[in-house]
Amino acid sequence: MFKYQIIIPASLLIIWLLLAVFGPWLPLQPNQINLPFILQPASTTAWLGYDDLGRPILDRLIMGARTSFFVAFWVILLSLFIGTLIGMISGWIGGYIDLFIVRLIDIFLAFPGILLAIALSGLLGPGIENVVLALSVVGWVGFARLARAQTLSLKHREHVLAALALGAKTPRILRYHILPLLMAPMTIEATFGIASVVIAEAGLSFLGLGVQPPAASWGSMIRDGTRYMLVAPHMVLAPGMVLILVVLSVNLLGDQLRDKLDVKSHH
Amino acid sequence: MPGDPVQVMLGESATLADQAQLREKLGLNQPLLQQWLSYLIQLQQGDLGHSLHSQEPIRDILWQRLPATLELAIAGLLIAVLIAIPLGSLAALRQNTVYDQGAMIFSLLGVSIPHFWMGPLLIVVFSLNLGWFPVSGREGGLSLVLPALTLGTALAAILARMVRATLLEILHEDYIRTARAKGLNETTIILYHALRNAALPIITILGLQLGTLLGGAVITETVFAWPGIGQLTIESIQQRDYPVVQACVLLISLSYVLVNTLTDLLYAWLDPRVRYRV
Repeated sequence: MFKYQIIIPASLLIIWLLLAVFGPWLPLQPNQINLPFILQPASTTAWLGYDDLGRPILDRLIMGARTSFFVAFWVILLSLFIGTLIGMISGWIGGYIDLFIVRLIDIFLAFPGILLAIALSGLLGPGIENVVLALSVVGWVGFARLARAQTLSLKHREHVLAALALGAKTPRILRYHILPLLMAPMTIEATFGIASVVIAEAGLSFLGLGVQPPAASWGSMIRDGTRYMLVAPHMVLAPGMVLILVVLSVNLLGDQLRDKLDVKSHH
Repeated sequence: MPGDPVQVMLGESATLADQAQLREKLGLNQPLLQQWLSYLIQLQQGDLGHSLHSQEPIRDILWQRLPATLELAIAGLLIAVLIAIPLGSLAALRQNTVYDQGAMIFSLLGVSIPHFWMGPLLIVVFSLNLGWFPVSGREGGLSLVLPALTLGTALAAILARMVRATLLEILHEDYIRTARAKGLNETTIILYHALRNAALPIITILGLQLGTLLGGAVITETVFAWPGIGQLTIESIQQRDYPVVQACVLLISLSYVLVNTLTDLLYAWLDPRVRYRV
């Protein structure tokens, strides 16, 4: 029943989650500077070697897992909530409000997403909260567009018309008659969203716009590592591999989820 | 105040009087609304203002940087198309075989590997170990190869998926069966009947992916110290040079919108069935 396409990515993501949540309780020394160990490759004491300040890379990777998980969690939660709310209201009410929201969505879509996030977090100043803010500002649009389109078609379903005929108020219809049917497509969108948010956070941190030292992010670890690529390639390889594994897992699971939930692709 | 350009320019030891003087000279002491209005009025006249940092007119700065970005974007696009169309076609024609799976694994990897990891990796292999290409900078044609590859492979991954999906749909159409029935050879069918009809959706995706390409260019240009608009954006963000940041974002977004409009117009030329009412 369970396929390896599900088990492997799912267990990788669970490890990611566990490390992110329980990281602070592990005996880690991510900021411990050990000058004698500078740039040393992997050994039995540090499984992934040390960075340019002699800090153990494995410990920093785990703290980086925390950063990327924190950002992905909040960005997806915020954009999902705001996007679904705005999209449902826009699709349900229609008229000028809908027209206004559609224009707003179009304006946001006219900017390449990552560029807007780069500009925003640049102007807001570095820091993890600003990364969450910048990525959410970019992220809600996709959810809103999807929720609006779905609401438009759900609006004319019989069960919604029946609820209207029974005198149900708008909030009740949206909450009990439309929202449950939105869940499947929104979940798929959210899953793929995690992958792009993880890459975007690492990208912003790579550009120096994300977390500030000494806090660790996979993106900033790659940036630090690029300066020592010739002598210590493990500084770039390790965070990159972890990042790619997480993104790959999310994408693989997303594909599986889409195949399961999406009726259209079953032909 | 964090992100104050005056503080960044004068440093922390500057006196308050100096700061106030510079702020007045740059027009940063005026009310925000007034600053915004005068910006819009100047913009209408094609005047993007001056850089806070170097005092140069922003238009000149953009002109200096634009060729590098255009060169990189076009090269990246070319690489993407050259990889994606054969790969996607192969995957569609040999559906559910090893070729198909290989192409899809490539595509999944391409989507999952970020530019800022691909770039350094290519530098390690091709510049440092093999010594074929320069590490960074923009000197001669060889220096274009690695940044274009970084940008192109990621785009190729998305594109190959689209080519495959589109071709799969088209290969089941009646006119393909007709073409086969009248005895055309497979190459002619693919090149003249299938791919031509696939052009429309593929070009749409290409236009929409231009945003990803330009966003990716910002990171790729930073990795390879490529003196384009993307690097300019990051530099001016670090210097708090707001007018330049604004101009860069404006330029990139405008070109994104422009290209997508052109894509729409291209439809009519590619597909006689599409007609716009004038």
